[in-house]
Amino acid sequence: MDILLAIAIMALGAVVLGAALGYASIKFKVEGDPLVEKIEAILPQTQCGQCGYPGCKPYAEAIAKGECDINLCPPGGMEGVQRLADLLGREVKPLEAEEKPKQVAIIDENTCIGCTLCIQACPVDAIVGAAKQMHTIIAQQCTGCELCLPPCPVECIRMDTLTENIDNWKWKFPVIKIKPEARQAAPLEDAA
Amino acid sequence: MLKQLFKFKGGVKPPTNKTQSTTLPIAGAPIPSRLVVPLHQSIGGTPRPVVQAGDTVLKGQLIGEADGWISAAVHAPTSGTVVDVGMYVQPHPSGLDAQCVVIEPDGRDQWIAHAPFDYAHATPDAVRHYLQQSGVVGLGGAVFPTHGKLTASKTVPMDELIINGAECEPFITCDDLLMRERAEDVVRGIGVFRDLLKPKKVLIGIEDNKPEAAAAMRAAVNALGEQFLVVQVPTLYPAGGAKQLIRVLTGKEVPASKRSTDLGVQCFNVATAYTAWCAIATGQPVISRLVTVSGNVQAPRNYEVLIGTPMGELLQLGQPHPDTDGIVMGGPMMGFLVPNDTVPVVKATNCLIAHSERLFPPKAPEMPCIRCGACGEACPHELQPFELYWNARARNFGKTQEFHIFDCIECGCCSFVCPSRIPLVQYFRFAKSEIWAREREKNAADEAKVRFEFKQYREEREKAEKAEKLAKAAAAQAAKKAAEAAAIAAVESPSETPAPAPTEATGNTPLPAVDPAQDAKKAAIAAAMARAKAQREAAQPKNTETLNADQARELADIEARRQQAGIVEARTAVPPPSDAATQKAE
Ligand code: SF4
Ligand code: SF4
Ligand code: SF4
Repeated sequence: MDILLAIAIMALGAVVLGAALGYASIKFKVEGDPLVEKIEAILPQTQCGQCGYPGCKPYAEAIAKGECDINLCPPGGMEGVQRLADLLGREVKPLEAEEKPKQVAIIDENTCIGCTLCIQACPVDAIVGAAKQMHTIIAQQCTGCELCLPPCPVECIRMDTLTENIDNWKWKFPVIKIKPEARQAAPLEDAA
Repeated sequence: MLKQLFKFKGGVKPPTNKTQSTTLPIAGAPIPSRLVVPLHQSIGGTPRPVVQAGDTVLKGQLIGEADGWISAAVHAPTSGTVVDVGMYVQPHPSGLDAQCVVIEPDGRDQWIAHAPFDYAHATPDAVRHYLQQSGVVGLGGAVFPTHGKLTASKTVPMDELIINGAECEPFITCDDLLMRERAEDVVRGIGVFRDLLKPKKVLIGIEDNKPEAAAAMRAAVNALGEQFLVVQVPTLYPAGGAKQLIRVLTGKEVPASKRSTDLGVQCFNVATAYTAWCAIATGQPVISRLVTVSGNVQAPRNYEVLIGTPMGELLQLGQPHPDTDGIVMGGPMMGFLVPNDTVPVVKATNCLIAHSERLFPPKAPEMPCIRCGACGEACPHELQPFELYWNARARNFGKTQEFHIFDCIECGCCSFVCPSRIPLVQYFRFAKSEIWAREREKNAADEAKVRFEFKQYREEREKAEKAEKLAKAAAAQAAKKAAEAAAIAAVESPSETPAPAPTEATGNTPLPAVDPAQDAKKAAIAAAMARAKAQREAAQPKNTETLNADQARELADIEARRQQAGIVEARTAVPPPSDAATQKAE
């Protein structure tokens, strides 16, 4: 009799816990593939397709499936490769293409004929304009993907390298010269 | 009256070098040959220029309009002609340039019409707006627009208003002299801040190496019948850091992730209070500030200087020694060498130090860290600079954040004590700006992603909408055409075939296209076919009416042959027109 009771208790426990686990698996279900999301978070979201995939997400999916290398994204640069390697435990490889400085597209507004072709090409809607009106690019939103260059029938779009200004200037890694230069804009906090 | 003081850990005592510049009273610097006024002189949005080259401006005229709430207006420091609005080198460690308005003074120094602000009858919002329009910003060095700090937190009651007159950095004495000579205006300015923030207490913190300033402030507070408490704090660098002063006076510690208002404290510099009051009492915007000229000069002194004065011209007033080889803006602990001597004095410039190797001997090369821990003891924020240093050097930025790099105020105490002469702060600045850059990139990427996804969504939606519209249009047309066809058929053959045509027409109008594309398309096609048929009938060959017998027979033969060959269905277009309608019905 006792053994039956014991079995019954264990069985009941199994049922309850099973139900709880089942419920939890539905309730706390993780949507999507977290690995793809993590990879995508590292990619620069330029949507340029230079990796050979039609956007950052497809590339992330391909990486997650192990279908392709992690060194195909030129805008992400070597740093992106490094971070992907860290995330996935893969080997760091040199970048397939040449690393380019960050750029923005600029439309020569005198030449633009207002054909709207570049608007259709821009993946992030960074170009404003209307048919037969001059178009212009919102520099802050341009990712520098160059997708708007080929469709332009009058070749009025060019890419400009982003230059350093006071707002995006970065302190450099300290290099201590053996013979200090007399005049240079270096901080002086330890001079006193 | 005695106030319990708290302590912060660490701190250093560098030689103060303050007495040289306090022997003489404040003097007015002459109008320079040319003024280069940067538009971006405060934290926040860059003001938009409202003048062009060639314009004549009066002293105090608006030249840069505040852009957004956190931004402050910029004004012409003297009357003259705008000769350029363009990029000029900035007093910034980067040596890069930014937009400036260059004014050639006409020497008349003629004010624009201005009137005192009616403070007694103004609402708090109006006062804040007025301070923004007058270009009042924090003059302690951070240049945060003052009006942005004058709104009390809605949830946390404002306990203390701290007025910072500590001025802990060596060489700098401009706040000291200001309090000695113009204490009354400072106290009135504090009164304005008090009215806006309604704190329970107002504490004025002054380092105890400035007894004259403290005495003058006490006298002014008493003379004006205010309840402010003037507190002398121990002289210890960096007691003048806002966070340190708050700590010393209230015992509260402000973490990097919070604003001091969240803890019920707000802190202003004495010079900020002074300029705020001047703007209100006289109606004159901020166009000048006090600057200490010291270091390797013969005549150190404090000057009231127009914003935009080239630093080289200002330094000449102090008669620099011939071995001067640069200008340091700010103090020796936190300041930096400016790129060249044409850069202008800005609202953040509190001190110019003539640099020479005699005064600041070049540092011996950096040695490896020996983990002595001296930097940790000196750090006023109780950080572990050596850990930060390791990780910053290894570009291990995530780790530096775990060690609270953003709590570092870059005071330089750690570099000051390091026996290995490691420029620790440079590493921290490097790490911080890398982290910020990454943050910016991440935000840009996130935004690009959102926009990309939205574009995709929009394209999908547009496609769907277009399809639906087409379907609707087609359905509508189908209905119309079918109805037409029926009508025509009915008109064309009323006598001979009353029945069939209408039936057929009704058969072809099962519309309206409830479910989209497919049905509608089918309906459209059917309708088009019906229409074609109807047309064929309607347009009976006119030449068949007047046929003679031979021709009719011939036609009938042809038709028969065609039918045999299966080219046409049994459609008798030819002989008697009456048959056509009947047959078509099948
Ligand atoms: S504007 Fe041109 S380069 Fe910039 S994001 Fe759009 S398509 Fe790419
Ligand atoms: S510079 Fe930063 S780490 Fe060094 S002592 Fe100051 S607060 Fe501490
Ligand atoms: S003071 Fe200098 S040597 Fe000592 S632990 Fe700090 S960084 Fe290392």
